[in-house]
Amino acid sequence: MASSANAHGHDDHHDHHTPGFVSRWFFSTNHKDIGTLYIIFSLIAAIVGIGLSFLMRLELQQPGMQIFSDGQMWNVFVSAHGLIMVFFVIMPALIGGFGNWFVPIMIGAPDMAFPRLNNISFWLLVPAFLLLAGSMFVGQGAGAGWTIYPPLSDDTYQSGMSMDMALFALHLAGASSILGAVNFITTIFNMRAPGMTLHKMPLFAWSMLVTAFLLLLSVPVLGGAITMLITDRNFGTSFFDPAGGGDPVLFQHLFWFFGHPEVYIMILPAFGIISHVISTFSKKPIFGYLGMAYAMVAIGVVGFVVWAHHMYQSGIDVDTRAYFMAATMVIAVPTGIKIFSWIATMWGGSIRLETPMLFAVGFIFLFTVGGVTGVVLANAGVTQILHNTYYVVAHFHYVLSLGAVFGIYAGIYYWMGKMSGYQYSETLGRIHFWMTFIGVNLTFFPMHFLGNQGMPRRYPDYPDAFWGWNLVASLGAYISVASFLFFFYVMFDTFRRKVRVPGNYWGEGATTLEWQVSSPPPFHTFDELPRIR
Amino acid sequence: MIPRPDPATVSKRNRRVAFAAAGFVTFMVGLSFAAVPLYTMFCQMTGYGGTPMLGQAAPGAQADSRSITIRFNANTHPSLPWQFAPQQRSMDLRLGEEGMAFYEARNLTDQSVSGVSTYNVTPEIVGRYFHKTACFCFEDQTLEPNQRVDMPLAFWVDPRIAEDPQTRDIRTITINYTFFRSLHDAERAGALANAGEHVGNARFQR
Repeated sequence: MASSANAHGHDDHHDHHTPGFVSRWFFSTNHKDIGTLYIIFSLIAAIVGIGLSFLMRLELQQPGMQIFSDGQMWNVFVSAHGLIMVFFVIMPALIGGFGNWFVPIMIGAPDMAFPRLNNISFWLLVPAFLLLAGSMFVGQGAGAGWTIYPPLSDDTYQSGMSMDMALFALHLAGASSILGAVNFITTIFNMRAPGMTLHKMPLFAWSMLVTAFLLLLSVPVLGGAITMLITDRNFGTSFFDPAGGGDPVLFQHLFWFFGHPEVYIMILPAFGIISHVISTFSKKPIFGYLGMAYAMVAIGVVGFVVWAHHMYQSGIDVDTRAYFMAATMVIAVPTGIKIFSWIATMWGGSIRLETPMLFAVGFIFLFTVGGVTGVVLANAGVTQILHNTYYVVAHFHYVLSLGAVFGIYAGIYYWMGKMSGYQYSETLGRIHFWMTFIGVNLTFFPMHFLGNQGMPRRYPDYPDAFWGWNLVASLGAYISVASFLFFFYVMFDTFRRKVRVPGNYWGEGATTLEWQVSSPPPFHTFDELPRIR
Repeated sequence: MIPRPDPATVSKRNRRVAFAAAGFVTFMVGLSFAAVPLYTMFCQMTGYGGTPMLGQAAPGAQADSRSITIRFNANTHPSLPWQFAPQQRSMDLRLGEEGMAFYEARNLTDQSVSGVSTYNVTPEIVGRYFHKTACFCFEDQTLEPNQRVDMPLAFWVDPRIAEDPQTRDIRTITINYTFFRSLHDAERAGALANAGEHVGNARFQR
């Protein structure tokens, strides 16, 4: 805190001085550099996370056990894939990456409120990721799913260090998220340029504000729950152990009190990015700006009171289920407001279907599919049958793996020129979009059919009757993995060709503050505050 | 262009917001731990999840009270070397009348073993109308080598169950017990491999 004041004083004297390599990238306090670090980190973690899912689809391509030795090994892969994708790919890219890069610029702040805290946030993630990745190689691995329910996650069923390593990884990642959230809230409340009122703030900044509040209120509950799990495992307490008067269902309540807001934490920043992209490429301001902002607030608030819809099978009574059903379906209202406002923004706009816009339109389509299956799953009666089937897997991959990931890609293509100063190749970008779009749909759409036919999730093997659609899903997964590798080629090509771009390379549709600075922006932006009209 | 505001003021304001945010975090961590006793209390007070009411004496049956069937169920955790079963499959009871039933437990080993049981009733919604006045499940039970004991429980069903539109169709209530090896016992037997000295009141064997 004091350091931020010092840093400012320092900057006044040396305006355009860039530190050396080590102090720039390892001790970085600059929000743009930290954002870049987050994005690179997320891409590296994505290689691991996507690699795991590739091996899982190889196994599921046909019935029988091919490459996995047993169920525990499968569970370890499933758990690591889920945790890595949630905590080390989507959150770092959307929140740490784009959030750090663009929230300060969009609100006209010179940097984040606490630059050093920002640095700690990032560097906590690295050991967290190493611990989680390392847990796969210790003992029999941590195979309790990303939901880590006891008794499966207690020391009877997951003995050894690996589960503790995974839990501690979550502690570190959680601490990182909380510190990041404090930073974003302070930045957005205190550091806005004069004239940048909350109701003039770009929607991406709004999405980060809501996300930061969700993190602030939900992650500590996960922290408490996994602390209790660790003491149950190692120090003889019995918070979740019925033999000692504990209740395993309490863990499920605590976990999902965190877990449900968490899914909005992953999608809200993508909502923000999509709003910017749609508005830019339709050359129109976003339709229903205030409605869009408060729809996100509503999603955030209601997201806290729907958690038990993940627990319809945990023996909660029918009235409780009825409440959680109704509350869950209410979320479809603000979400619908967003979807229809995006469509209304495009309506009558001068639409250019360039790569970011392709990803944004793809996002709307895929997120709507995932949203519709979400309303299906909200029905407690239907979930009696669909619980823990591939239908659920299809649903949450449509909203996250496809929704949030398309949001990340849209953001990368939209801001690539702004962040690096170099524009990607439009042809390669379009090829990447179509490969990804076809690949992921081929992977996840058949899972709806498999789930409806009753195929349970979290098993490495299945009866022959499920073979057909599993083969299709695996082929789709290979296309998706190829598209991910192709994305690295697109990035490589961007930095090889070095096509320089001006400050506002998207033209008149791009109206937010980041388009008023050069591409890439100077090391210190807005030393003199911009005036907001 | 507008000059930047005084860094010291900004930093002071930032600190205030950050402390407020840290307050939220502390509060939520506290709440997650407070959830443990609160959840137990909530279940006990509302009968949520089929938690029976404890302690109130039975009012006695009225002349026109209808009867209800009580069924008995028993489970034993594999770590507890006991045979544990109800002595009667079911019994009929009038609403408001106090009933008495027995479970039988036998220690299958030649060491003394203590167990502790958890309990609830189904359908879960009747938890708030099902009262227990005495039960072996309220405390740890210790059985000497090969000892066989009868474990009594006393209970009654609140006549208001017949007035509540959600429960008036219920004709059968099932009482369920699950016996675990108590943590004290597991520790004495050296069965706690790596969890160290226990701090709760019980914990089952690995």
